[in-house]
Amino acid sequence: MAIRNKATGLLAIAAGLFLASATVASAFTACQVTDTGGIDDNSFNQTAWKGVLDAKEKLGIEGRYLESQAETDYEANINSLLGGNCDVIITVGFLLGDATKKAAEANPDQKFSIVDYAYDPAVPNILGQVYATDEAAFLAGYLAAGMSKSGVLGVFGGINIPPVTIFMDGFHAGAAYYNEQKGASVTVLGWDPKAREGLFTNNFDSLDDGRAFAQNLYDEGADIVLPVAGPVGLGSATLAAELGTDKLKIIGVDADLYLTDPERKQVYLTSVTKRMDATVFDVIKQAMDGKFEGGILLGSLANGGVDLAPFHDMEDAVPAELKQELEAIRAGIVDGSIKVAPK
Amino acid sequence: MSDSKTDIVIQNLLKRAAPGRGEFEDLVIVPLFAVVAALVLGALTMLATSVEPATIARSYLALLQGSVGSLNAISETLTAAIPLILAGLGLALGFRAGLFNIGAEGQILMGGMAAVITGFSFPFLPVYLLLPLCLLSGALVGAFYAGIAGWLRAATGAHEVISTIMLNLISYRLIDYMLRLPFVQREGRSDPISKSVPDHAQLPELLDWIDPNLRLHAGLFLALAAVLFVYWLLFRTKIGFEFRASGASPDAARFAGMRSGLTIVLAMASAGALAGLAGSVQVLGVLERVTPGFSAGIGFDAIAVALLGRSHPFGVLLAGLLFGALEAGGRQMQVDAGVSIDLIGIIQALIIVFIAAPLLVRALFPWGFRKPATAKGK
Repeated sequence: MAIRNKATGLLAIAAGLFLASATVASAFTACQVTDTGGIDDNSFNQTAWKGVLDAKEKLGIEGRYLESQAETDYEANINSLLGGNCDVIITVGFLLGDATKKAAEANPDQKFSIVDYAYDPAVPNILGQVYATDEAAFLAGYLAAGMSKSGVLGVFGGINIPPVTIFMDGFHAGAAYYNEQKGASVTVLGWDPKAREGLFTNNFDSLDDGRAFAQNLYDEGADIVLPVAGPVGLGSATLAAELGTDKLKIIGVDADLYLTDPERKQVYLTSVTKRMDATVFDVIKQAMDGKFEGGILLGSLANGGVDLAPFHDMEDAVPAELKQELEAIRAGIVDGSIKVAPK
Repeated sequence: MSDSKTDIVIQNLLKRAAPGRGEFEDLVIVPLFAVVAALVLGALTMLATSVEPATIARSYLALLQGSVGSLNAISETLTAAIPLILAGLGLALGFRAGLFNIGAEGQILMGGMAAVITGFSFPFLPVYLLLPLCLLSGALVGAFYAGIAGWLRAATGAHEVISTIMLNLISYRLIDYMLRLPFVQREGRSDPISKSVPDHAQLPELLDWIDPNLRLHAGLFLALAAVLFVYWLLFRTKIGFEFRASGASPDAARFAGMRSGLTIVLAMASAGALAGLAGSVQVLGVLERVTPGFSAGIGFDAIAVALLGRSHPFGVLLAGLLFGALEAGGRQMQVDAGVSIDLIGIIQALIIVFIAAPLLVRALFPWGFRKPATAKGK
């Protein structure tokens, strides 16, 4: 009798386990591998992860993530998400490009999507999410040139890779456009669009570097700085908070940093937003609906994939005239009459 | 068998394995309890950060699954352990000679860089020449880089802790600089990344015939051979005896006629060669190229591996496997339970704290040390 009870018990447990695994298997699972900034960087990786969180809420999917702590983790992290548990694997960042391609070619049935990388020729099971960030950064450059008292703007990047330098190109071109229109002579420190050289921290995680680089630019006269390096910019924001916004303002990147970094929100003039959350959400939806195809998904000013965040506390500080000009430029960029590419 | 009889047998075994019972306790029981205590404290840390008990249980299960639960898990554990074992052996060698070398990170970077440059510079060589040449150049450059610190110590008395830390910082910038050189940087890229080594300069993957995702490579054999070699070097050769003698008592070694300066330089250089080999194996077996962060803290984790392994080659082997398992399992922990990967860092740090303070472990587990026999059976 006792043995029989035990057997029934085991059967019940086995059935329970089976049911549990069955329900787990039925939920659509999106898995994400972050870059080295970490999932809570208030900017790049966090914005991409928000896309999964939104999908979790609205589409009822499961979401998992793996943080890369070093560049050596990329392959290993992608590897541990393989094996059929993820319906789509989303890798976040240009630097994961090689590792993603390698894994996609070894596992042709696994759907991949990568933020900030486009393959040429396209890989059939990778959907690249790329952004015309220079369009929004152009607006930021024009705005900053109009707001600067010293006539000097600063910019620095994380690593000299296309998704970073495209911000710097647009920012530089926007300031140059302002000079052209107004006969002004605002200079941009930290990036030379012709030589493709500039200031780079060579990492995406050191807040100390963010502070030091902003300090250097400030010492050279810059009163508005655009740090394009994910969480590194938080170090720059700390400096601006200490100096006061009269002396130094920061322009955020990726997310609206006024919202994601409430401790230092007053230092942000605006943010150049890159709506990775929207494109990640789209990718997940496409994969769920069976419409997933390899190729490119482009976010631009026209479709809201990139944009300039609201001015929030600085709303009154920005002259109405400048706001109108920005609206006109935005329309010009969208209809193609204003070119944002560096001259 | 009665308790007293077991006791005698164990005592006899111990006499042969180690000079004293205290040493056996230090070698085996302290690390064992350190791991257990760290896991328990890790669970408490999770509780304190309001992680549910069920999630904690799930995360430790994931840690086990991700480290030894499948072929892929074992492959990942070994892949992560290989460079840790190699670099850890180098550090253990230094510790035995009384040198506290913090510079493995820099030696890994320089060694890996040398191996990659050799790899893409001589693509016309056949595999049986190119691969050994890459490994050799990595080891030699690592040895040279560590030898600088050894020479500074021997010639000027500059403490190796300071000089190796400084050499680490120099190596970071040196790698940044070298990755911008046109003959190193990959074509068409403006970020610091080197050219890839040709396929036939890469360490062959051992299990790719089962599944192309299994990353375990032939560096494993190199690591095992290095364990045996270091054991032989330390305990079976004259130079190894000199290392150990100058580590145990520099004055006595000098009065016995050993050339302390040469011993220091040689010990540092051998440590550097092993660390350089670790870097080479990492780039030739896993990464195929150099980027600024490719050492990924292996040189610092290896210090913990050497300490946990009590600077014994076989201890280092086991400690390296443990740290490799923690790394591979940590990933699974994050995927399955959503627990932050930083927690693995905390557990590793706790293990080191307990290893560094054997008295603390003895105080925590007093019953473990009065009767080694029962503790061992546990």
